[in-house]
Amino acid sequence: MQQGVGTIQRALRAVGGHGGWLAGLLLIAGWLALPSIGLAAEGATTGPTEYRDIPYIGSRNLIWIVAQLHLLLAGFVLGVPIFAWLCEVVAWRGGEKRYDKLAKEFTKLLTSAYSTTALFGGILLFLLVAFYPKLMNYLTDIFFPSFLLYCLLFLLETATLYLYWYGWDTMQEGRKKTLHIFLGFLLNFFALFIMIVPNAWATFQSSPVVISDGTAIERAWAATWNPTWWPINIHRLIANVVLGGYICGAYAGIRYLSSRNTEEREHYDWMGYVGNFIGVFGLLALPFAGYWLMREIYQYNQQMGITLMGGFLSWLFIIQAMLIGVLFLGSNYYFWLGITYRIPGSESKYRKPMLWMLVSLLLCLAVWMTPHSLVASIEEAQKMGGAHHPLLGVLGVMSAKMTVSNLMILITFMSFVMYWRAGKQDTAGWATFGKAVMGSVLVLASIAVIVLGVWGYFVPAIVRINYFSTSQVLIVIFVILTITPLTALLLKSAKTTTEMVWGSMPPRAGYALVLNAVMVILLMTLMGYARSSSRVHWHVYGVMRDSSPYAYSPALGSASLIMAFCTFSFCMIVAFIFWVATMGDKAKGGHGAAKGELPHGIPAMAGGSPDERR
Amino acid sequence: MGALGKPIILMVAMYVFLKFVLPNIPGSAPLPSSLIVLYLLLTAAGIVIFQTLSGESKDAFWGPMQRFLTGENIGGMQAIRYGVFILFPLLVGWQTYGSTAASDVPPSESRTIHPAPPGEYTGLSNPVQKTPENIMQGKGFYAAFCSPCHGANFDGKGPAARGFNPPPANFADPTTIAMLQESYLFWRIKKGGVGLPIEGAPWKSAMPRWEAELPDEWIWKIILGEYDGAHQSPRTWE
Repeated sequence: MQQGVGTIQRALRAVGGHGGWLAGLLLIAGWLALPSIGLAAEGATTGPTEYRDIPYIGSRNLIWIVAQLHLLLAGFVLGVPIFAWLCEVVAWRGGEKRYDKLAKEFTKLLTSAYSTTALFGGILLFLLVAFYPKLMNYLTDIFFPSFLLYCLLFLLETATLYLYWYGWDTMQEGRKKTLHIFLGFLLNFFALFIMIVPNAWATFQSSPVVISDGTAIERAWAATWNPTWWPINIHRLIANVVLGGYICGAYAGIRYLSSRNTEEREHYDWMGYVGNFIGVFGLLALPFAGYWLMREIYQYNQQMGITLMGGFLSWLFIIQAMLIGVLFLGSNYYFWLGITYRIPGSESKYRKPMLWMLVSLLLCLAVWMTPHSLVASIEEAQKMGGAHHPLLGVLGVMSAKMTVSNLMILITFMSFVMYWRAGKQDTAGWATFGKAVMGSVLVLASIAVIVLGVWGYFVPAIVRINYFSTSQVLIVIFVILTITPLTALLLKSAKTTTEMVWGSMPPRAGYALVLNAVMVILLMTLMGYARSSSRVHWHVYGVMRDSSPYAYSPALGSASLIMAFCTFSFCMIVAFIFWVATMGDKAKGGHGAAKGELPHGIPAMAGGSPDERR
Repeated sequence: MGALGKPIILMVAMYVFLKFVLPNIPGSAPLPSSLIVLYLLLTAAGIVIFQTLSGESKDAFWGPMQRFLTGENIGGMQAIRYGVFILFPLLVGWQTYGSTAASDVPPSESRTIHPAPPGEYTGLSNPVQKTPENIMQGKGFYAAFCSPCHGANFDGKGPAARGFNPPPANFADPTTIAMLQESYLFWRIKKGGVGLPIEGAPWKSAMPRWEAELPDEWIWKIILGEYDGAHQSPRTWE
């Protein structure tokens, strides 16, 4: 078995690491595109080919799946460097080597996922050119300056990533470490632009800005700076961190479940905690960014806004509420399990607060998941007097949703604070006063959020949107910014009564981490469909109409099948990438060296691990 | 039985509350089964989460169920266990049959109440100035053409309302016209139920197509009167 693994690794290295993958997947892409070439010939007889199709699966479905997989992989690849670099900086400034090791392990996952992302990007491009030549001609005409910029960015990002990864061990000390940190910064800098440049192409399709005169650069710039570009940039940036965090958490969860010794259990338990923390950290900000995006869409075009939030796509937002609800529950559950298992003796102290937090979360979730128009039989609708329940119907509109989402963020934040404080005893003289201030801030903020939410029903919509909703967000941010430093200050002088015990979490903690990752992936597939479908029968909204046989919005049931397929496929791809990435660890483990001597996260990437080159 | 008994009692209490107590609160109505199932699922999720927070509570919660299912030391309950093993698949089969068999019960409705308006009706602003005279005139038109269904109090309870399913919209409810721009109301009044797009299937609306009888100016005045009479404001971006 080990010999077999070795052979695979040698084969991979022999073709330049990912060359084998590239060749194989390009062959598959070519094979898939073959029928379209045949169909293209038919179109060529009547004029320029506008569309090509592929039998059985259909060109739109194929593009949908490949685009979604590319987007998910890209989200992971662009999100992970942010916190990998932050972990490295923490290790560099604080001197805690375990953070450096963790950053390296995150980067190990990143390196192997990077080439797969690029590969799916290439496949997507080939398929778009093959199936939608008219649209691609149009987009190329507008965006070709940014296409060139994108290619340049990609080269820079690739070079930086290789330097960052392969130079990890050699750039550990002194000025070399500073250089390595700078490389990490550059990696994120280029990654940001790699994300926002194609975002311009996608958002242009939804909210186009077309100018007929000017130079190519001026036209491209005008098209880039469209109304939904920055809302999407911010939303995706945060979402990428959330996706990356939860996937790293799931990876740690699986490694934790399969770990065979105490050292591994401790390490992957800690890694799971960090992954969950990063996911939650991003999750707290994500609803704000999502709200801003939807507001901009509504303001840009009422028709598109209503299609999304009030029209046939509005059901997706109820499913979204369910998925986000599970995510909040899963993340909090993981924190609570951490308190119970990692800090012995804490359970009795915190069980009651946990119960109250759980009940509050469930109440908020019940409000968030209650639709405005209910699914009801004719008989039930007659009893209700319509599709709206006379009492619970008020829970179905944005004022209620915004209120409970803010409360859920507050509760989750307090879960984290509780975890942070567990096992420690305050010794500062001002501890009682400090805790009273924090408690008052929290209670007053919660009341203010609820009051604004209720008041929102009695003021014009614009007052609610522009002032009340933003005030709710600012209140929550104020709470986070007040309680975090106060708690940190309080804990600085606190006495540790119970040491944190890593590696003692039950298996269900690992499963919770995996569940969170699946929920995030499902969420991204769901909202990806929502964003694309909001254009309805337009390639470029209001500018270029979709005249293909697929110029219709798929039924929600059919769409959910594709979403589920994308989620499953992405999980399988990620599992495969991680399996390949950790193959070297297992091989090394079996080659005679004692397990305890091996550092965690020994990479086995394209071209071999850095350690092997010593 | 303590750790298992409490959740069972809680689930039953929740069901009783949703099914029998909540509908009898003044101003309320029976909840559709979809909502009851949703709330019960949340309750069940909460129970599982809380009971599995520690090893002891998990064992106390799952232990009796596990012992019952495996038949380990359950003594006289063996007969009940076998009964459950026989009845449970039958119950699942019955449910499956019930949900797939041909039935004369009409399917659940999930119609889109607010479909997106056509492009030509988006972003229009009311050309009629919001003056007391225009509002009064709009209310007059409303009383003549709209109030038989939508009610003199703008609450959807006009004398003809009882004849319609779904009932006419209640404008006094802050979740109806207050969420919409004036241009949306203009489209709905002008084109009526027959002008609903495909998205609005199954086009269940008895709203007349008023463009055949009312000039645009009257429709805009009616909109002014509606918002004023219902004490609501239209959605705007300024």
